[in-house]
Amino acid sequence: MSSLLVLAIVVAIGLVAFFIGRQRAAAQDDGRVKPHSRAHYHGWWAFLLAVLPALLLLAAWNIGSSIYLDRHIHAALPERTADSKVASEALDVSLVKSLAKGLRQLDAGTLAALPATFAELQPLLAAKGVALASDTQDYMIPIAAEANTVQSRLSLIGAAVTLVLSIAGALYAFRQIAPRARARNNVERLMLWGLLAASTIAILTTVGIVLSMLFQTITFFESVSPMSFFFGTVWDPRFAAAGSGGSQGQFGLIPLLAGTLYIAAVALLVAVPVGLMSAVYMSEYATPRVRSVVKPALELLAGIPTIVYGIFAVVTLGPFLRDLSAALTGGSPFIQGQSIFTAGLVMGVMLIPVVSSLSDDIITAVPRAMRDGSLGLGATRSETIKRVILPAALPGIVGAILLTASRAIGETMIVVLAAGVAANLTINPFEAMTTITVKIVNQLTGDLEFNSPQTLVAFALGLTLFALTLVMNIVALYIVRKYREQYE
Amino acid sequence: MTDIPMDTMVRVAAHPRRDIGLKARYAAERRFRIYGVVAISVGLAFLAIMLVTIVSKGYTAFWQTTVSLPITFDEKVIDPANKRGTDPSVLIKANYPKLAENALIAKLGISPDNKPMIQKLKGFLSEGARVQLRDIVAANPSVIGTTRDVNILAAANLDSAFKGQIDLGVEEARRKVSDQQIAWMNKLKADGAMAEHFNTGLFTYGASSRPETSGMGVAIIGSFYMMVIVLLLALPIGVAASIYLEEFAKKNRFTDLIEVNINNLAAVPSIVFGLLGLAVFINFLGMPRSAAFVGGLVLTLMTLPTIIIATRAALAAVPPSIRSAALGLGASKMQMVFQHILPLAAPGILTGTIIGLARALGETAPLLLIGMVAFVADYPKTPFDPATALPVQIYMWANEAERAFVERMSGAIIILLVFLMAMNITAIVLRRRFERRW
Repeated sequence: MSSLLVLAIVVAIGLVAFFIGRQRAAAQDDGRVKPHSRAHYHGWWAFLLAVLPALLLLAAWNIGSSIYLDRHIHAALPERTADSKVASEALDVSLVKSLAKGLRQLDAGTLAALPATFAELQPLLAAKGVALASDTQDYMIPIAAEANTVQSRLSLIGAAVTLVLSIAGALYAFRQIAPRARARNNVERLMLWGLLAASTIAILTTVGIVLSMLFQTITFFESVSPMSFFFGTVWDPRFAAAGSGGSQGQFGLIPLLAGTLYIAAVALLVAVPVGLMSAVYMSEYATPRVRSVVKPALELLAGIPTIVYGIFAVVTLGPFLRDLSAALTGGSPFIQGQSIFTAGLVMGVMLIPVVSSLSDDIITAVPRAMRDGSLGLGATRSETIKRVILPAALPGIVGAILLTASRAIGETMIVVLAAGVAANLTINPFEAMTTITVKIVNQLTGDLEFNSPQTLVAFALGLTLFALTLVMNIVALYIVRKYREQYE
Repeated sequence: MTDIPMDTMVRVAAHPRRDIGLKARYAAERRFRIYGVVAISVGLAFLAIMLVTIVSKGYTAFWQTTVSLPITFDEKVIDPANKRGTDPSVLIKANYPKLAENALIAKLGISPDNKPMIQKLKGFLSEGARVQLRDIVAANPSVIGTTRDVNILAAANLDSAFKGQIDLGVEEARRKVSDQQIAWMNKLKADGAMAEHFNTGLFTYGASSRPETSGMGVAIIGSFYMMVIVLLLALPIGVAASIYLEEFAKKNRFTDLIEVNINNLAAVPSIVFGLLGLAVFINFLGMPRSAAFVGGLVLTLMTLPTIIIATRAALAAVPPSIRSAALGLGASKMQMVFQHILPLAAPGILTGTIIGLARALGETAPLLLIGMVAFVADYPKTPFDPATALPVQIYMWANEAERAFVERMSGAIIILLVFLMAMNITAIVLRRRFERRW
């Protein structure tokens, strides 16, 4: 019986339990004793008791039985010898598993008279649309068939136990129903646990990110030394054909890191002055009417997906700048179609609303009294802004710039399209450079075997990026929080 | 004061005004203001230029040139051996482009023996004619032997030429449309046989190597699945987490840890979520590559912090008096939250959710890593089938060399922006309509 069907039956039992529980609780209310909980809480308690333990058991049973099945297959496989045809034990097991999965597609008649060799079996399976690896061996067929019977027996037992537990839970809940039973408190306690579980997902996600990348990175460092990764100046992963071994690429982080920081710096040079000045103008000068039009328009810039910026950079701006530079020198263009400058400029525009909305919050948080005091002493508005408000808001603005910089470093689509893929080390902003994010995308799109250093390096890059942005975010959040407390 | 005669006022000898640099200070003030205006104009000008270039490149993608031809479903071409009764595959493999070519030859009045001229017709009609005519025959085999008018797609180059996008000043050998084809095109245009129609294919076709038969059907379905998954997972989990943090959590280390995590996750680069999806969902849990389901999960994790932050703000905005009133009337804390606070915070939560969804809809980078850069021609029937997403489809078209793909890409961007605009406007309207100031 499939787990999905069991799940549906358990939920159905739960719903029935809900109605019966509510009914019983309502029937007990004869007006003599004041009930502790309203009738539907008894219903919900019955539902929860019928469903939750049963589902937990089902999940545990599924995990346990798959582990048991693995062991079973391991034990049944013949002893590995030097002339084994299959490369590794793990591959052996996985071949048996996919064979077993294929066999489940066949009807009972065919299964009863299973052919003994894979050569005869393959066309039968192919007719059902099951494609199997050609190195499946003959001796695996009985093992797979045996595994299937074991599995169906296990899942049948699991389903039976689950259903019994579900019904037992419901019956137990019915027995508890009494006018003074504290059904509401029980239900609410479980709800609270549910809420708590939901809020831990954020932690789980972070843990998942760190662990998943850490494991792959450690595997990567087994074949490439951390020294040559972190301090290497040459990026040349050299896509070796699968199995050829031999040629080892070079994975130097420095050119990518330099490109990332260079492009982010250009972007910040555009975004910070423009964003800051627009925030200042909006909060200090603009009339409400202007603000009501311009503010949503600038927010529109933030709502445009980054891929659109990237395409604008590569289709329109890049060629335009190239032709412009060619016209200026009257011959060869000095700005390349994909360049640090183009990518940085477009990314900077993308970041304008980020800077301006963050600094807008910070500027408006400066207490009114400071502003009024300065104006009252005869300072002009711009003097007030430059000498009083901005210095007061400086820590907050630094935090905002750090947050923006972390966005710039992690930005992907603009640089994938507009920055180029060649890992150069250059200081000329009109040439192409590449970034960490571009290389993550490059290394992971396309057909590659997963355990080669060429793909694993993407996780090492990802971890570097994550660590970099994590530090910046935490410092920035700390500064912003501290600053906010200062004026609250 | 004005009616006091001038001569009664004490006349003070006009002091030479002390120069306190007012002029310079006012000039600085004016300059500062101008900087502000310039900064805002730079942002707005860039926005305008970007939108104008995209729309001007892309609006033509919504029209597609077709040639209306009287197609004779000739039995000799479709089923020369008359075997379709016994072998249904004949109708699938038949040489349908030949039917369209024959019709075009007849329409243009070329002699069927004039081989060099017929050779020049190559590349006039789209290869998509094969599928188009096959579907007609498959739906109704009795059309064989009859003649009916069918709108056949023109090839992408002819489509560009028809829209006037090909520079005819370039010498013939260096452009993709020959002079003869242009002449035929003009003839058909004068007849009214060749015309532009609204391009429904842009919304319905899947991936194709030919621009005229490629569309965003698969991408729209894939994006739709993902948005549904994000909504179903991120909204309940996000609201539950916010309720816990805002209403129940005690101020302790653990709560602090959760808060730092959420704030940090909101600023983690989106591509890192793609790496997480690849390592955990695909490699560890063995979920299918390219599936909308995995994409939905990754986008859910990415959207959660946005929704949590918005929801917490909405919950915090509900005044304490409501809480006190509910508790005072004997509600339990849980009842107070779910029956009083949550309904009042709903508009704010909804707004935050829509904005989070809009961000998820436009997100590309994590989807690239979980294999959604795939050539998918058939509609995904379930979220577990291979699919693409709107921004990923745009990215794939951006990597194509042909001009017609750039047109499609810009059209796709327009559609994506329209979707996003609709979502954002809904959010703004909701906020304006239902937001309460306490």
